[in-house]
Amino acid sequence: MNKYYKTIQSAVGPLLVVTDTQGVTYNEFVEIKADDGTVRYGKVLEVLDDKAVVQMFTAGQGLGIHDNAVKFTGHGLEVAVSPNILGRVFDGLGRPKDGAAPLIATKKLDINGAPINPTARDYPQDFIQTGISTIDGLNTLVRGQKLPIFSMSGMPHAELAAQIARQATVPNSDTKFAIVFAAIGITYDEAAYFMNSFADTGALSRSVMFINLANDPALERIATPRVALTVAEYLAFELNYHVLVITTDMTNYAEALREVSAARKEIPGRRGYPGYLYTDLASLYERAGCIKGCQGSITQIPILTMPEDDKTHPIPDLTGYITEGQIVISRELYKKGITPPIDILPSLSRLKDKGIGAGKTRDDHKGVLNQLFACYAKGKDSKELAQILGESALSETDQLYCKFATEFENQFINQGFDTNRTIAETLDLGWKLLRLLPKVELTRISKPILDKYYNDDTNDD
Amino acid sequence: MKQGKIIKVSGPLIVASGLDSANLHDVVYVGNAKLVGEIIELRGDNASIQVYEETSGVKVGDPVINTNAPLCMELAPGIMSGIFDGIGRPLADIRQLVGDRITTGLAVDKLNRKTKWEFKATKQVGDTVTAGDILGTVQETAVVEHRILVPYGIQGKITKIASGNYTIIDTIAEIDGKPIQMLQKWPVRQARPIHHKLATSVPLITGQRTIDTLFPIAKGGVAAIPGPFGSGKTVCQHQIAKWSDAQVVVYIGCGERGNEMTDVLNEFPELLDVKTGEPLMKRTILIANTSDMPVAAREASIYTGITIAEYFRDMGYDVAIMADSTSRWAEALREMSGRLEELPGEEGYPAYLSSRIAEFYERAGRVQVLGSTGQLGSITAIGAVSPPGGDLSEPVSQATLRIVKVFWGLSAALAYRRHFPAIDWLTSYSLYVDQLEDWYRDNLSPDYLTYRQGAMKVLQLSANLEEIVRLVGEDSLSDADRLILDTANLLKEDYLMQDAMSEIDTYAAPKKQFLMLEAMMTYYNLADTAIRKGVAYEKVILPTVREEFAQFRYLPNDQADKITELTNRIKYELGGKLV
Repeated sequence: MNKYYKTIQSAVGPLLVVTDTQGVTYNEFVEIKADDGTVRYGKVLEVLDDKAVVQMFTAGQGLGIHDNAVKFTGHGLEVAVSPNILGRVFDGLGRPKDGAAPLIATKKLDINGAPINPTARDYPQDFIQTGISTIDGLNTLVRGQKLPIFSMSGMPHAELAAQIARQATVPNSDTKFAIVFAAIGITYDEAAYFMNSFADTGALSRSVMFINLANDPALERIATPRVALTVAEYLAFELNYHVLVITTDMTNYAEALREVSAARKEIPGRRGYPGYLYTDLASLYERAGCIKGCQGSITQIPILTMPEDDKTHPIPDLTGYITEGQIVISRELYKKGITPPIDILPSLSRLKDKGIGAGKTRDDHKGVLNQLFACYAKGKDSKELAQILGESALSETDQLYCKFATEFENQFINQGFDTNRTIAETLDLGWKLLRLLPKVELTRISKPILDKYYNDDTNDD
Repeated sequence: MKQGKIIKVSGPLIVASGLDSANLHDVVYVGNAKLVGEIIELRGDNASIQVYEETSGVKVGDPVINTNAPLCMELAPGIMSGIFDGIGRPLADIRQLVGDRITTGLAVDKLNRKTKWEFKATKQVGDTVTAGDILGTVQETAVVEHRILVPYGIQGKITKIASGNYTIIDTIAEIDGKPIQMLQKWPVRQARPIHHKLATSVPLITGQRTIDTLFPIAKGGVAAIPGPFGSGKTVCQHQIAKWSDAQVVVYIGCGERGNEMTDVLNEFPELLDVKTGEPLMKRTILIANTSDMPVAAREASIYTGITIAEYFRDMGYDVAIMADSTSRWAEALREMSGRLEELPGEEGYPAYLSSRIAEFYERAGRVQVLGSTGQLGSITAIGAVSPPGGDLSEPVSQATLRIVKVFWGLSAALAYRRHFPAIDWLTSYSLYVDQLEDWYRDNLSPDYLTYRQGAMKVLQLSANLEEIVRLVGEDSLSDADRLILDTANLLKEDYLMQDAMSEIDTYAAPKKQFLMLEAMMTYYNLADTAIRKGVAYEKVILPTVREEFAQFRYLPNDQADKITELTNRIKYELGGKLV
């Protein structure tokens, strides 16, 4: 069966056309062997009669169409897994990169996974404390959620992701916790930052890393997040870990996808990205979740940089339509020296409502959350008004809102990358700030909660 | 069954040759795994097939078997409270069969053929019946009586009928000697026939103040909810699915998140319907093609859903169908069109996009159903649209807006402020208000539409005033204008804003809505008159009113009359200032 074909008809960009093939299946994993022994990899994109179109994961440089042999492996791209996988570093296709011995696989898994039956899903509702006020307090992350970070070039998203990975805990739970990290086309510096950050906190031993650097083959990037997620699924649903998957940078992934699409001469959708970009991204992001009867879970934090800081660009736009919210980084806040520079107004966690409240976080969480949002939005409007009219032209209430917005940014948002706040600390700080405003302005908090907390400043520092 | 051979595999598109007696839209089984597919193009000896399952592992030369039948949905007792995939297979059964993940090539009945249902005949031997007549009933759930209809194309005299316990494939009756079973199959791409369409005249009450008061939808109407991500399309759809007074709800999760379907599956059996007091799930059917499920089945899911809706409409029910999101469905069309190498229209969408969208929405409406009793039924269709970047100039939004009569435009700016539902009162519209006028007058109050009009005017005027304030400050406004700004804020924060997560606020009964609106507009009207008579602005602002308005939302519907107390006090206090 696994014979070598020496019938490459053409090599155009990342695509090979192999003729006279027999029994080639769609989506099959392919090895391309050169005379000098170098091996490239690919997968079958299309079969037509006796022709197979193969997309290579590696650049075609040095590939001759006469002296290469193609082997169809009869199965999709697989990744080897075993319980010893924690602490290891792999390349973008899942081959060891840390110099240690190859993994002795207990099994091999197809990287494409299979869709989770919606009736088998368990609704994510367990609060994850990240120790970051803007996330815990206002855009609460829950186990099994997919919450991307929308960043921009030059912004400290790596620090933020590392802070989350370092501080994330699930209160009142003793289930094992693991991190799967997939670097997709990022620089060596950035990858090293993550590795060092994990090493410093001892997180490396409970992490699995897949590294495709900027100078690694771009096409490998299409496989990298899938390899990482397959390992995450193994850890979560077979070994009962709570897995946090961090993928960075999804923009590089989408670009690799566009490269293949262009090579296939497909009709492009917006900005040259393929029409199926949504479907393709969904096949990654939807692999987050909880399954009934499984103790483990997969929480995804994909990071992407918005080209030209534009949220309506197809990559952030389609991501936002699939994921359960987004954390948006603000250049303006960062320039003011506020870290982590999370812009709370466009940020959102869709799953927060079921993860907060009495018994999960605290009974006042929801009211505080809504009120802080409303007051900050109004405060920003007032500040804008003050810029046009001068502060003295504002009404007394508007001036209070201005003050609130400033203090909110300085105290609530600006906690730095090293401070770890508990949810109670976050909420108490919220109340401290809300007390800058008269009680009658706080219409988003129900009366009993308002009466209980508004006058109680014992926890203020 | 004719067998062909695969000659090309390209993702969900497969080309087979040798299927010479094939028809368009015939269902075929592809490959050795018997994946379900549908013929979408015929060229000479070659048939292009869209496959509803993942095609990894399919190869050239594999067999293709034609069933010579179009894609059908099975309709019979057992369908209610179910969750089906895009081509109508039961997901709960699939889970039992293969576990937590959906695999390919599953042979599973769409509806259970073993369960016995208690059929109560309502016709007798000797009765003459025609298609659409009710032969008898099955109490399928506590709230839905499943009416067994004479199938389309059959009429004559009943020669045999008996009540009893039957499976859906047992014979329950004979018409002119022809055996009738409860199970019916209907090709999903074909609208089920009706007697004729009617104008709409009754609102679909959703319990959502912004919708019911400002932009109502009629039973049998069509509406679109477009909005950028994060603006709350899905929550809006869920709220309508939960609280609308439709008798049957079909919810299509089309290319959306798996967790959202899980949410519905967890919540609906727990939440009680305000009308019947029974769990919502007992009147709900779910179609789930989540975004990680195969894209071709996404195209079919819309049709599967509307066919089920039509089936219950034909029994004489008011059905509401929600599709979230039609944009994903359109993208599935685009993907298949691209693979078929069709000449693209705007933004790569096929040229037939707008006619397909129109076709779907036209299957909604208020109708007289088939059958001899003149029974009425309706389908209200509500489609979410997910325009890229929130920009409505894109083809799916535009094609949808040409068809629908209600537009609930969601605004990112409102969502950022956590003003939910983020329905933008300045851009949204409903063309049903005139048709519903009589209903409001007869069922709520003759003043209802006057208050509604007043509220709309205040909101519109305040938008203009806000511009002025932004430029020159609030001090420059006249007292009357300040009152408008105040009232608009009151309306926005304490009326339009509604908390879907609050047990009480999530549903506001029409009467409560009216009383709240009455209180607020009475306040505005009297205060406005007072100001125009020269009373100073500071004197018309009643100190505690604002706080009281803010607590109305947490007032249970059955205590709504308490609102009248405030209205009367406002009348008394402000009226006193007028003397």
